[in-house]
Amino acid sequence: MKYDDLKLTAQNLRKNILTMIYEAKSGHPGGSLSAVEIVTYLYFKEMNINDPHDEGRDRFVLSKGHGAPVLYSALMEKGFISKELMGTLRQVNSKLQGHPDMKKLPGIEASTGSLGQGLSIANGMALAFKLDKKENRVFALLGDGEIQEGMIWEAAMLANHYHLDNLTAILDHNGLQIDGKNNDVMTVEPIDEKFKAFGWHVIKADGHDFESLEKAFEERKKITEKPALIIAETTKGKGCSFMEDKASWHGKAPNYEEFCMAMEEIGGGLNG
Amino acid sequence: MAKATREAYGEALKKLAANNPNVVVLDADLSGSTKTSEFKKVSPERFFNVGIAEQNLIGTAAGMSLAGKIPFASSFAMFAAGRAFEIIRNTVAYPFLNVKIAATHAGLTVGEDGASHQAIEDISLMRSIPNMTVINPADCIEAEQAVLKAAEYVGPVYIRLGRMAVEDVYSSSYQFEIGKGVELKNGNDVTIIATGIMVQKALKAAASLNAQGIDARVINIHTIKPIDKEIIIKAAIETRAIVTVEEHSVIGGLGSAVLEVLSDTCPVPVRRIGVMDTFGESGKPEDLMEKYMLTEKNIEDSCKEIMKMK
Repeated sequence: MKYDDLKLTAQNLRKNILTMIYEAKSGHPGGSLSAVEIVTYLYFKEMNINDPHDEGRDRFVLSKGHGAPVLYSALMEKGFISKELMGTLRQVNSKLQGHPDMKKLPGIEASTGSLGQGLSIANGMALAFKLDKKENRVFALLGDGEIQEGMIWEAAMLANHYHLDNLTAILDHNGLQIDGKNNDVMTVEPIDEKFKAFGWHVIKADGHDFESLEKAFEERKKITEKPALIIAETTKGKGCSFMEDKASWHGKAPNYEEFCMAMEEIGGGLNG
Repeated sequence: MAKATREAYGEALKKLAANNPNVVVLDADLSGSTKTSEFKKVSPERFFNVGIAEQNLIGTAAGMSLAGKIPFASSFAMFAAGRAFEIIRNTVAYPFLNVKIAATHAGLTVGEDGASHQAIEDISLMRSIPNMTVINPADCIEAEQAVLKAAEYVGPVYIRLGRMAVEDVYSSSYQFEIGKGVELKNGNDVTIIATGIMVQKALKAAASLNAQGIDARVINIHTIKPIDKEIIIKAAIETRAIVTVEEHSVIGGLGSAVLEVLSDTCPVPVRRIGVMDTFGESGKPEDLMEKYMLTEKNIEDSCKEIMKMK
């Protein structure tokens, strides 16, 4: 089947994420697992990136920095960082910081973690590439709770004002944040209408379906003069039935039984 | 001729526009006041207005630096250092990005706009961030060189600039060096360590003290971080009494930085002149300096008092 390779990579990403967080005994599994297909598609299909030092590479900014494990997992599957680091997540002296530190690892394009800042960073990159007439594209992954940050809307305005058609934001729309459902904590909907009103081209996709993601990214390529947002509908904790759609799994590590259960559900047995 | 250090910033940016193709300038709707408009005039394609959005100003500058640019981001000190503090901390300084924050309208001499616009905490905020270099030029000659040196230096820099015109302290032969304090007048009775626009007042106070038989040393600490420990310790050893002078809160600024150096090495009596843990208010700059005790007379009196504590 067409997407078998991507599915296999996504399965590996999930296993890496769970292994890292289980061994660290802390971390954010929910929002890492919800973004697995998005990040897999970007790194293994969409983005021009085969060398983290190549100047011509496309850039990925993980604005929702607490999803660090999904990024680390992708960089490991890309071969940019060693899988031997896996057991060091969140430990003292580790290169795998709780939130991504660009100074510690190749392939991390920006240090993130404090929410709301990644879209501005991505804008800056996109502006600079446009100024230099370079072909590099920039992708930013946002959380849906994250767009409650005012700075996101400052950045949304700027991307439209400067016609950043080399910028694509992807919203990991799992509907949950630490304190519960987005719209119980602070209404974020209608996200599509809000971004459209800010001058963005908005595309909706199933964030766990590669065919749907492919359609979305292909549609994006046809849009000029505008920034684009792909609202990817996702499930928090996707792939582990007991984590799925539960805000309580935002920032909690599984115990041994839960870890084994999750790894079995994902398939392929325990790592290493 | 007296000129505001922000004017020198505009002049320096024009030079950078001509000499350094990687320099870009960002502003948040204050380009006429911050003087980034000077850059825009000569290099409009490399000038970016982000609107009234200081957080995005810094975040966008960070992104541009990650794509190889040398961004100068400007707003008033209150909004650059204050409003955008956490973006500077996490997105610029933590990853040691090559972003220059040139903040104008610092201190009480903003004048009539009042307390909401008078940043007297910015040095304290910026110097508490690891990786950050903090520069507070004394006059236009120093300000222009500081901007040009900041463009050469790789890493985050905060440059504090003023609204009000100041007399030149230096001649055109002056050579500015980041992190290197300058002894402007020798003296062995007491040392006045000043920064920014207070340096000229320190020199005048020292001249007046001289006429009264007190030989005051004057040091300009233009780089508050990394601070020139050597020149401060030497002054402490040789004069045994120090007065610090800044147009900034006495909490966390130059005075605190000097005390930190001396308490670790050579504790001597120190008197700090600055804004005494209070907000400013509207008024003519010179009236405010008088009311908040930032005058030559205050410096003189403090020197005499501290000498008694030797």
